[in-house]
Amino acid sequence: MYRNAEGLGIWEHRGKVAAVGVGHAPTTRRWDGRPETCVGAISIQALRQAIDDAGVAPEQIDGLVVVPDTTTGAFWEEGKPLPMDVIQSFQQTEDPLDGVAKISTEWLLANMPELTNVQFTMYGPTCMSNALNVTAQAVGDGLTHTCLVVKSWHNFEGRYYQGGANAGEALPGTAAMSQLWGGPASYGTALQFAEYCRKYGKSHEMMAPFMENSRRNGLMFPEGYWAQHRPEELGPEDYLAARWIAKPANLFDNDIPIMMSGAYLFSTAERAADMAQKPVYILNHASSNTRSRSLLPTLDEVEADTARTARKIYEGAGITADDLSFENMYDGFSLFHQFHLEGLGYRGIQFGEALDFYQTDISIEGPNPVSPSGGNIGSGRSRVWMHTDCIQQLQGRASSRQVTGVKPEVAVSGGPMPLGGNFTVWSASPD
Amino acid sequence: MTKQGVLPDSFSQPFWDAANEERLVIQNCRACNRLQHPPAEACRECGASDQLEWKPVSGRGTIYNYGVVHDCPVRLLQESQPFNVSVIMLEGDPGIQMFSHLPGTPVDDVPPGGAVEVIFEPTANGQLVPEWRVIAG
Repeated sequence: MYRNAEGLGIWEHRGKVAAVGVGHAPTTRRWDGRPETCVGAISIQALRQAIDDAGVAPEQIDGLVVVPDTTTGAFWEEGKPLPMDVIQSFQQTEDPLDGVAKISTEWLLANMPELTNVQFTMYGPTCMSNALNVTAQAVGDGLTHTCLVVKSWHNFEGRYYQGGANAGEALPGTAAMSQLWGGPASYGTALQFAEYCRKYGKSHEMMAPFMENSRRNGLMFPEGYWAQHRPEELGPEDYLAARWIAKPANLFDNDIPIMMSGAYLFSTAERAADMAQKPVYILNHASSNTRSRSLLPTLDEVEADTARTARKIYEGAGITADDLSFENMYDGFSLFHQFHLEGLGYRGIQFGEALDFYQTDISIEGPNPVSPSGGNIGSGRSRVWMHTDCIQQLQGRASSRQVTGVKPEVAVSGGPMPLGGNFTVWSASPD
Repeated sequence: MTKQGVLPDSFSQPFWDAANEERLVIQNCRACNRLQHPPAEACRECGASDQLEWKPVSGRGTIYNYGVVHDCPVRLLQESQPFNVSVIMLEGDPGIQMFSHLPGTPVDDVPPGGAVEVIFEPTANGQLVPEWRVIAG
């Protein structure tokens, strides 16, 4: 399913698979405990919207790809009473937390009776980026011709990652070798950024234009958290005054955990031509399964792998960096977006140059748009906005977020981390 | 600051037993003559699972990098915030990293590239854990 290696040549299904429908459930900061807002319910909402958006009848759908993991770092505490009113509101699987703290294909199919013809189901672990690679390959291989793909997130009360083992008195011996020191989730990225700044003579302050641009783009993303709930700009003063989480990563460098669900409808290029939205063609998908030698990826490892990933992306799509209209690489945490950009050689930038690039016009109105989706920084933790934006931009329906300084023809999105990730090349044309 | 205790399992027991004797050992593949940390059930290079051993190392290294943790998810460490968390590269094989709070080094006053040596400090349940002390900035 995955294209991990270099030298694979042009993707055999280049231009023959298309994304058509997009669906998003409304976002919230945390789950309020009601059945209609649980992660299962919002997944159904997003899926139905994607079906409607594509203009297909539910019985035409024969495939479903799901990311089963839905946690933002919040887990259902052991021993906490089950939400029986929620569980009893749905057709439940054997797992009582299915639809509450995770999602399965079985749960979705049991609760979407209109999907009467789904023959192909598969999981894409962790991220929409992964699930998109699975979906594109499955459609291309003929395992499904009209396929839904969904990624959802739940967020409960309490501070994330502060329960479970982190609240305990002791850790298992192997885990203790890396977890006794208490680094938060963004710690590894913060260290890579610190090394980057030392090597290239850059500073955290130089991130401010990227953060301002990402929030600006996010506020033009009506499906996003900040646009829906906190329409606040993020200027340099506010950004740089934020408290540290793991210096040099501050509060805003960490994406805000939310409840959300995003879904797409994929099909063959032939079938997509008759659907309600303009098809966006998949030119390639590529993956990185590189692991660091030891506890954390070094900057050298990061740079080597982002460059390798870019070669795979371009090779399979039959394009070069010059063909990219814009990029929507992952940004949650903000301090690694530049690694993706430099690996891609976006607009010709080399290693160590991205923060200088951020000081130029990176807006959607300019010739070098950076993260027009606004990403996780602009719309909250989803790892979905980047893909939705690529589809909507290439369909010409990104509303006020539509890029105007370039003609939207070819784009790339994906992540999450610089080492290990899944990437998709999108095109307005199959050629 | 007191770290969470450690509950050695059969896999990690030799590492923690050595720490209690104030010795630092790292998993090594005899076939590849290659260290790996964190340890694994098989060599990440050749895949062999029957060639792994625990190899004593010098207990010296250098500071590769560091960050300052202000918002720690581990409850026991929260009262000590902010604190340094540094990545140490081992002498002899700088590809091998270990974490350190750098006891004795002021917060955010860490010398990248500085020389360090291993020390051992007790965790909450008495298990000793390798830590690192700056010996030259």
